[in-house]
Amino acid sequence: MSNSAAAISKPVITKKRSLDKNLIYGLLFVSPVLLGFLIFTLGPLLFTFILSLTNYSPGVKTVNFVGLSNYIEMFTGKDIFFFPSVKATFYYVALSVPCTIIFSFFMSVVLNMKIQGRAFFRGAFYLPMVIPLASSGMIWLWMLEPNFGIINNILRAIGIPPSTWLISDTTVIPTFVLMSLWLCGNTIVIFLAALQDIPTQLYEAIDVDGGTPFHKLFYITIPMISPVIFFNTVMGFINAFQTFVQPAVMTSGASGNGQALMGGPNNSSLLAVLYIYEQAFRFSKMGTACAASALLFIVIMISTALIFRVSKSWVYYGGDVKKNAKKI
Amino acid sequence: MQKRFDLAKAITYVVLTIGAIVSIFPFYWMLRTAVANASDIFSADLRLFPTTLKLANFVEAMTTHPFAQFFSNSITVTLINMVGVLATSSLCAFGFSRINWKGRDTIFGIMMASLMLPFAVVMIPQFIFWNKLGMINTFVPITAPAFFGGGVFNIFLLRQFFLTIPKEMDEAAWIDGASIFRVFTTIILPLSKQVMIVVGLFTFLFQWNDYLAPMIYITSEKKFTLMLGLTLFQGSYSARWELMMAAVTIVVIPSFILFIFAQKYFIEGIAMTGIKG
Repeated sequence: MSNSAAAISKPVITKKRSLDKNLIYGLLFVSPVLLGFLIFTLGPLLFTFILSLTNYSPGVKTVNFVGLSNYIEMFTGKDIFFFPSVKATFYYVALSVPCTIIFSFFMSVVLNMKIQGRAFFRGAFYLPMVIPLASSGMIWLWMLEPNFGIINNILRAIGIPPSTWLISDTTVIPTFVLMSLWLCGNTIVIFLAALQDIPTQLYEAIDVDGGTPFHKLFYITIPMISPVIFFNTVMGFINAFQTFVQPAVMTSGASGNGQALMGGPNNSSLLAVLYIYEQAFRFSKMGTACAASALLFIVIMISTALIFRVSKSWVYYGGDVKKNAKKI
Repeated sequence: MQKRFDLAKAITYVVLTIGAIVSIFPFYWMLRTAVANASDIFSADLRLFPTTLKLANFVEAMTTHPFAQFFSNSITVTLINMVGVLATSSLCAFGFSRINWKGRDTIFGIMMASLMLPFAVVMIPQFIFWNKLGMINTFVPITAPAFFGGGVFNIFLLRQFFLTIPKEMDEAAWIDGASIFRVFTTIILPLSKQVMIVVGLFTFLFQWNDYLAPMIYITSEKKFTLMLGLTLFQGSYSARWELMMAAVTIVVIPSFILFIFAQKYFIEGIAMTGIKG
């Protein structure tokens, strides 16, 4: 550390204290999150994988290793809930992520035009994000009620055939996707912030060259905010895989207490987290629930890795934002 | 040319207005239902405006279940979480930004990766952990974790902000011989009020709205949070939509008020999350 050139580029703390002291102070300051990470994340994650190989249940005294039988039960269809849950989860994720990304992008572009009252509109779109999902789920449940709900009443009044919405296995997931569009506030605000950061000279250059709005969109807007599209896509996937409140509040009540039903009409809205929750806390099959958790973890890791890999071909990092962030 | 421009503008406003109506309408409908008679509920015609103002629905909703108790439970849990998050996430963010130590950015990267981990994946071992400690049906499992760093996302937000504070600010303090903790409390924290408010608000929202964790850990009605209380309403009023909506209105009002006063912070905070990309 006696090298003066090196000392200049380091913060002053380094000058005053030895490197070891910095390490000790640094670790001391971050120790809460390190401990939290070990106790509430890493430990439980490993434990999930171990428990998935057992028949653990809170009531059972002797816990036995059962090998892969929890997984085998799921994949051979002996567990009648597993395949419906996989189908519902992938259907929901595959439909909701592209829909929400395209919809939020579109809305943010509209919001970014020269308009009056932008703050009002932005606030209106963000509002649903602030309201507890459990309560807005109930509002939607009521609005989507097939016989007396306002939405079907409106449809009937304007001559469009009403839908079954949440009560039929063919419409329940698309209904959740429509509701996910209502919950786009976060994504819209993030897109809008990114759009406002694009230097206006870039658009002026297109105007000078006689380009159209179409050119602006594809040659400037999309490339410039591609890192944010990427960010929102990753977050969208992770959130979609974790959707719990909608099926728990809006469709699991309707499924009654029959042993053959867990989530929605014909289990068609049995999203992964609801499946895990019900296996663990309704049927006390914690081993099975852990096996499903482990699979969910693997699926999320694989899809994130895929998005990262694909992103390299289309995400454009203009400045060296990352480098700057690391400097201090 | 002029005419085409106006048309584009008109379409823009139409799109935005429809969007805003769709966003807000559910809350209007909640209120409209909460003050309606039961006879208004079961009607297949379109009645957009209320014909009655039956405030008795609120009274009935409030008295069927110990609502005041749920409210105070939610407040308690949320406040304890806010204290824990603000205290420890700022400490950690300081350690991850203003002190230079070996392996800092690597460890931070690992923490950031854990953001992708769904709660469901670690939920069962966490439940077993708290169960072994005899903490089921107490507020401990839903408040204690806040004191362990307060969530990586909050640390990330604070760290991003701390990184923008010029190094010279600390330097002056070092020269005066201040301790590292004093630099944190007297220099960094006072400069970070805005971002601390953002983190506090996010914590409030997250905790106030949280559904899954309380559902797992809280078993007796006396300790229910508002969100769990709502599920009781769902069970007991399966077709009494006017009472359900009255209950939902009471739950929604605090969030609504908070949003009106703190909208700016929410929007700024959310916009910040996307900056790094």
